[in-house]
Amino acid sequence: MGGLNILIQGGLLGGFYALFAIGLSLSFGIMRLVNIAHGDFIVLSAYVGMLAIQGTGLDPFSSLVIVVPAMFVLGYAVQRGLLNFTLAGGLLPPLLVTFGISVIIQNGLLQGFGAYDHRLHEGPIETASLHLPGGIDVGVYPLVVFAVAVLGIAALQLLFYQTRLGRAFRAVSDDADTAELMGIDNRKLYALALGIAMVFTAIAGVLFGIRTIFDPAAGPIRLILAFEAVIIGGLGSMWGTLVGGMVLGIAQAIGAALNPNWQILAGHIAFLVILIIRPNGLFPRTRD
Amino acid sequence: MKIKSAKSRPVRPAKVDRGRRQVIRFLAAGSAAAMTSPWVFQSSRAASRPIKIGMITPETGPIAAFGEPSQWVADGVSKFLGDGIVVAGDKHKVQILNRDSQSNPNRASEVAAQLINNDNVDIMVASSTGDTTNPVSDQCELNGVPCITSDDPWQSWFFGRKGDPKKGFQWTYHFFWGFDQVANMYAEMWLSIPTNKKAGVMLTNDPDGIAASDPQHGLPATLRSHGFDVNYLGLYPPLSDDFTAQITQLKNMKADIACGIFNPPQFAIFWTQCAQQGFQPKIMTPPKALLFPTAVEALGDRGAGTSTEVWWSHHHPFKSGLTGETAQQYCDAYEKASGKQWTQPLGFKHANLEVAIDALKRAKKLDAASIRDAIAQTDYKSIVGPITWKGGPTNPVPNVCTTPLVGGQWEKGTKWKYDLEIVFNKTAPEIPLDRPFTAIQYS
Repeated sequence: MGGLNILIQGGLLGGFYALFAIGLSLSFGIMRLVNIAHGDFIVLSAYVGMLAIQGTGLDPFSSLVIVVPAMFVLGYAVQRGLLNFTLAGGLLPPLLVTFGISVIIQNGLLQGFGAYDHRLHEGPIETASLHLPGGIDVGVYPLVVFAVAVLGIAALQLLFYQTRLGRAFRAVSDDADTAELMGIDNRKLYALALGIAMVFTAIAGVLFGIRTIFDPAAGPIRLILAFEAVIIGGLGSMWGTLVGGMVLGIAQAIGAALNPNWQILAGHIAFLVILIIRPNGLFPRTRD
Repeated sequence: MKIKSAKSRPVRPAKVDRGRRQVIRFLAAGSAAAMTSPWVFQSSRAASRPIKIGMITPETGPIAAFGEPSQWVADGVSKFLGDGIVVAGDKHKVQILNRDSQSNPNRASEVAAQLINNDNVDIMVASSTGDTTNPVSDQCELNGVPCITSDDPWQSWFFGRKGDPKKGFQWTYHFFWGFDQVANMYAEMWLSIPTNKKAGVMLTNDPDGIAASDPQHGLPATLRSHGFDVNYLGLYPPLSDDFTAQITQLKNMKADIACGIFNPPQFAIFWTQCAQQGFQPKIMTPPKALLFPTAVEALGDRGAGTSTEVWWSHHHPFKSGLTGETAQQYCDAYEKASGKQWTQPLGFKHANLEVAIDALKRAKKLDAASIRDAIAQTDYKSIVGPITWKGGPTNPVPNVCTTPLVGGQWEKGTKWKYDLEIVFNKTAPEIPLDRPFTAIQYS
């Protein structure tokens, strides 16, 4: 496999990882919420998409019209009704509560949908590809995923740096107590933040469901890669999360080209090396 | 629930006069207290204590698809047995204690220990991958409880537990096919259609893949011995998200045949990327990935023509020795009750229980050693084929009985989206062929 091909395929895989990580990056960046259930929320979104498709006959892309608002409401409700009560006690309580949510989602899905696999079908776009010179084939669907990740991050960036809401988010992230003194209702803001994070989780979930098979237990393994992308990119930096995802993807592609067995390992090693050289990630935007 | 209700109700004694006496005693006492009086309870229990069968399968977690039919199978067998079976002249009720291994070997070991120590099971059955069969068998071997397992290639069960082919095990028995059978079956099935005999093989870096990569007896070696030009692409991590590196190699070698161990989600990614990268092999045989029809449905239209190993199907010419149902009738009943398509583990779940019940019926006494001796003397026709541990051609090592293996290909179905058709049976001619093996048709 040529060097250029490795970069392209690895970069596209990185877009997929970045898309997974956006929701986590948001909730981690703003609330320091270590959302153990993030992978399960992605899988849950895929199931919500499946229900929406079965109920309305929409195709997976269009089903986002239903899945995105549904997950936003769920995110808002979970933060307002549950996670907000855990924030005062330090890092551990929200960690444990989201772990519990993870178990509940997995077993709830198993009860509701059974253990067998499911997938969302988007049609010919799944296998379509562009043939570049030099014998490089680029899948159209991975390109779409990459574009969605870039657009999503650009939209968040606008929200963060061009709106009042974004300013409030940044203020709360930097110093929650002072922000509250300035008249910001942290609880409401946190609920909105998880709601918005869930919007991206919803998109990631549906696109994940088109890319491969999902079952109730598919969530947790998605968590670690999303985390690594966030940490590599640096806390609070959305573009950093995209770069983090691409670093992981390209490192994996290089590893796989050398020896298939090194693929996943290469990603983890890249993560460790960056953590050693730059403990705060590549582009940290928030003070810790 | 079941255990409680069985305990709180006195078991009806077999003989009429005893029954009448008990009725008189009941009337004399004139109250419900008699029903729970320890003396009545114990006398009837002593006459026939219930037999307990422990059953462990993965019903939740990553490999829950294997355990999906477990509860239905256990309920069906319980219902069929009704008021019990006769063991050594006495009739005993049978309780099947179905437990979930959560796809986790530690959990499997834990529930096995609970069934042995708290529930005092008389016999244990367990199935579906070494993560369940091996820890459960180890617990039983340690505690001297007779145990029958299935649905895990026998080498991984026998050698994975450090079995010595000279001695075997004391308490634990297993029936399933082996890695040697599957490699030979693939090679012969592929030889039945014209190809350039170039095969690319990739394996997962997990116990299954490592066993299959054995340099002498593994998959690549066996295929080479049948004259295939094998490019072994090495082990890859089981949770991989990208296969372009391997697909590039397959394309470069112009492989007509692609074979690899995959978990279903990884195969879905691989097969999609093959299409994106323009790689169209004539034969695609991914062991393990396409056992379940839902995994094939998930591939969309591209599932048609993929091939897999078949250990059991609705067309297998075997009947349950317990209920007399044919494979077809059994699958129909499952489909009607669950609304889901039959799967291969279904037959083995039933076989696991019926083989255990056959041994119980033949036991000379209701104790562990007698039950174990009965298992060793098994010569039984089950819904998955003949099972014996008496030391015949189907016993490659002690305690292991092999079951027949044929080749299958997924085809667009009528009742369900995809049907598994048997396309190669030279390895087990008693199983009828649905149609000959064909190359994948690309539109």
